[in-house]
Amino acid sequence: MLLEALRLRKAFGGLCAVDEVDFAVEAGSITGIIGPNGAGKTTFFNLISRALPVTSGRIMFDGEDVTNLQPHHIARRGVARTFQATTLFGDATALENVLVGYRQRTSSGVWDALVRSARLAREEHEAHAVAHETLAFVGLTDSAERLARDLTQEQQKRLAMALAIVARPRLLLLDEPSAGINADQTRGLIALVEKIAATGITVLLIEHQMQMVMHLCRRIMVLDYGKKIADGTPEEIRNDPAVLEAYLGHK
Amino acid sequence: MKYGAGAALAIAVVLPLVVPNAYYLEILTQAYVFAISACGLNVILGFAGQLSLAHAGFFGIGAYTVALLATKAGVTFWAGVPAGIALSAVIGFVVGSICLRSKGHYFAIFTMAVGLIINLIIQKWESLTHGHVGVIGIPGPGAIGPIHFESGIARSYLALVCLALTLVATTRLLRSPVGRTMVAVRESEPLAAAIGLDVMAAKRLAFTISAALAGLAGGLYAGFIGFLGPESSNIEMTFNTLLYVMVGGIGSVVGPVAGTFIVYGLSQVLQVLQHYQMVIFGLALVLLILFMPKGLAGVFRRPSTQPTPLAESASLRAGSSKKGDK
Repeated sequence: MLLEALRLRKAFGGLCAVDEVDFAVEAGSITGIIGPNGAGKTTFFNLISRALPVTSGRIMFDGEDVTNLQPHHIARRGVARTFQATTLFGDATALENVLVGYRQRTSSGVWDALVRSARLAREEHEAHAVAHETLAFVGLTDSAERLARDLTQEQQKRLAMALAIVARPRLLLLDEPSAGINADQTRGLIALVEKIAATGITVLLIEHQMQMVMHLCRRIMVLDYGKKIADGTPEEIRNDPAVLEAYLGHK
Repeated sequence: MKYGAGAALAIAVVLPLVVPNAYYLEILTQAYVFAISACGLNVILGFAGQLSLAHAGFFGIGAYTVALLATKAGVTFWAGVPAGIALSAVIGFVVGSICLRSKGHYFAIFTMAVGLIINLIIQKWESLTHGHVGVIGIPGPGAIGPIHFESGIARSYLALVCLALTLVATTRLLRSPVGRTMVAVRESEPLAAAIGLDVMAAKRLAFTISAALAGLAGGLYAGFIGFLGPESSNIEMTFNTLLYVMVGGIGSVVGPVAGTFIVYGLSQVLQVLQHYQMVIFGLALVLLILFMPKGLAGVFRRPSTQPTPLAESASLRAGSSKKGDK
């Protein structure tokens, strides 16, 4: 298992946003998390990416306990994420965005910058090459020099993914990749997620659009009021009485 | 842009030769020195996005290091200035490590307190600093081989060289991965951390560099003026520097230099008004923030390639039926 959550819990005062969730993500898979609004899906992501401290429970990544790591440490171990409200460096170009995403792989410091060292030149060359490659991968070659805030919503989503994958993570967390774009664009994004997974990056995604989840994921976890209410194949989830109740209410 | 920099350099080189008298020459030299300090403040405020109000404290540390080493230990200006830079940087690193645990307004208030404490230490540690009496008879820069620095013109060029080096350094820094990391932290700390950037380290580095440049400016100031009082490190000094940076353009490399020349120059012209000149600056600052939040540099900055597609994304967002949980 690449990622494991063991009795993971997050309480905000009296509210338990994530309640003793046990969950595992298999390496090389595309796994989905669904659930009604306020079910704790994004909180679950925030715990795994270490943006929020855990109340109790443990997070294991690749067999190691990462429960108390800092966000940038878990990122450097290979956990990348996108945000629900597409978060980018808006005043920078698409290329600059992806370049800064590759920074964690390079080590030149202040001195290299001041004397323009050979190491800086080498790393900049390498970073530009990888950045252009990644922009091409997500289909943004022509937009490399445009400011991120000038891109369309769909292009911004692609750029956010480029920013997340440029440093070659092992696990990619996608928070509602299809939010705010139309059906046509969603199909394009599904193809992109599959393409990313095909390169060997394990994908865990939160998604409301059922078509996308059912099509992409081999396994799905359902959260409701912070609790895991179901965990299985798309077929099992579709027919799970607890899931139907959570989505449609009591009969 | 290249032509602009060349033209500015040409003007800067000619300027010390054409100013009408020694008084204006001294004003010009001081403007160069304060511009270095403004460039320093710009590193922490403009690049890394953290409003530090301890800046004049580091200016004072650099200045007093040069002054006290020279008058008490006979250390030359040329050795004193690097010592001042080093001490400012070390104290900046330590103070930054503590202050930067706080964010936003809290960081500003925290650093303001640090600036006040540094100023108070300078005022009250009379056995070392002579308190309000100040340090007098600080020797200026001595000759290097055939080059002498007794004349105002020579000192002006020395300050100009230091300013030019500062600009080269800050430009290279901003365009390097280190600078990009600072800007990323300024734009979004959660995103910066999520892509594996050490937010704290980036801020601490910016704070340290900012303190070092303030120390450099302070050291030059002490050597050039020859007299040093505690007002060199007080909060007014910090706010003046902040004004230079804001008028010129936060985050732009050359903006703070332009801002220093405009505001410092204007303050000399308006000196007849004494303290009432603050009425003019206050009003100007309010108008500036309202209409030119990015300062002069904001006016010249690269525009968007096209209007922000707000309308499009808004309509699309309305089209997607569900919104996510928080």
